[in-house]
Amino acid sequence: MIYRMGAALMSLTGLFVSAYLYLYKIGRIGTLACGSGACEAVQTSQWSRFAGVEVALIGVMGYALLFAVALLALQPALAARRWPADLLTGLAALGVAFTAYLTWLELFVIHAICRWCVGSAAIVVSVLVLALLARRGAPEPRAA
Amino acid sequence: MAAPPVGMKRFYAILGVVAVLGIGLLGYQLSKPATVSIPANVTIQPSDTAGFRGYVKGSDSAPVEITEYADYQCPFCQTFATLQMPTIEERLIKPGRLRWRYRDFPLQQHPYSRLAAHSAACADEQGKFWPMHERIYEGQSEWASASDAGAIFRRYAGETGLDLGRYDGCMKAGKYAGRIQAGYEEGVRAGVTSTPTLMVGGRLYQGRFDSDAITRLVDSLAPRTAGAK
Repeated sequence: MIYRMGAALMSLTGLFVSAYLYLYKIGRIGTLACGSGACEAVQTSQWSRFAGVEVALIGVMGYALLFAVALLALQPALAARRWPADLLTGLAALGVAFTAYLTWLELFVIHAICRWCVGSAAIVVSVLVLALLARRGAPEPRAA
Repeated sequence: MAAPPVGMKRFYAILGVVAVLGIGLLGYQLSKPATVSIPANVTIQPSDTAGFRGYVKGSDSAPVEITEYADYQCPFCQTFATLQMPTIEERLIKPGRLRWRYRDFPLQQHPYSRLAAHSAACADEQGKFWPMHERIYEGQSEWASASDAGAIFRRYAGETGLDLGRYDGCMKAGKYAGRIQAGYEEGVRAGVTSTPTLMVGGRLYQGRFDSDAITRLVDSLAPRTAGAK
């Protein structure tokens, strides 16, 4: 249970980080608290959109989904079931893969590292680790 | 319905604290007066480019025109603007041999380039583009690493003698974001990949230039009349 709780908490934190970046992207926040200016370079680059959608918005939706699934996995009726942990693991793995692609862009294409993106990367990796631990602790599905 | 166990109660309490903190911080950010930022992802309207082909210095009848694609935060552009341009101006532009056209080409890795270009565009609205342009380049080392370059540009606007009320309105509206993006896209179409890049008669010259090289180039394109020094 503790791992599912941790995954929910980390997902909620990631949701706020993404929301902050998205609010900047749509012009509701003037400047990012970044220090180096690299965040703005990343957020205003052409790679801040993926398939026509703001990457920050993808982050908001992704973390909201992770948070919802983690909360679902904590419900008494599902707490002892393994499939919610499997679902959480799959979604977090997708998030880590997408984050790896974005980090590659930052390092080798944009040549700027946004601290908030690094924070988000650490959060999504921690969600994956917690989901894997939750999955390991859950009982194997019973044979029919 | 059974009450949640104590562990779950504590978890939901922590979750609530995180949610309140997150919402509070976002609300605080939203309530702060927005510092101006100039977006890159603007839709260019026909009015953004109507009648505008860059900032021009020099005689309409000058035999040679050079278009410079530059970025205010680029160190080479700064060196060129502050060390070479005064000589070029005295030697070639003022005597009517050369017309200089400046176009914005804000590079993505420079977070304040667009803001600087927009600040200069707002100065142009008040007929003070070139003084502001020179002031921004002179102060590059001051604002490039600042946390709020916009405040420094505003100070330059005041120093340059702009009406700050009009300047603030222009900056907040992001009035020339489309024009800046149009300049950038025009440069990309012409093959510009770095700054500064000069375009002379449709040909691009990339790299570092000095006033002597520009003089030789102008001499080769439009030889001086007999008797002229």
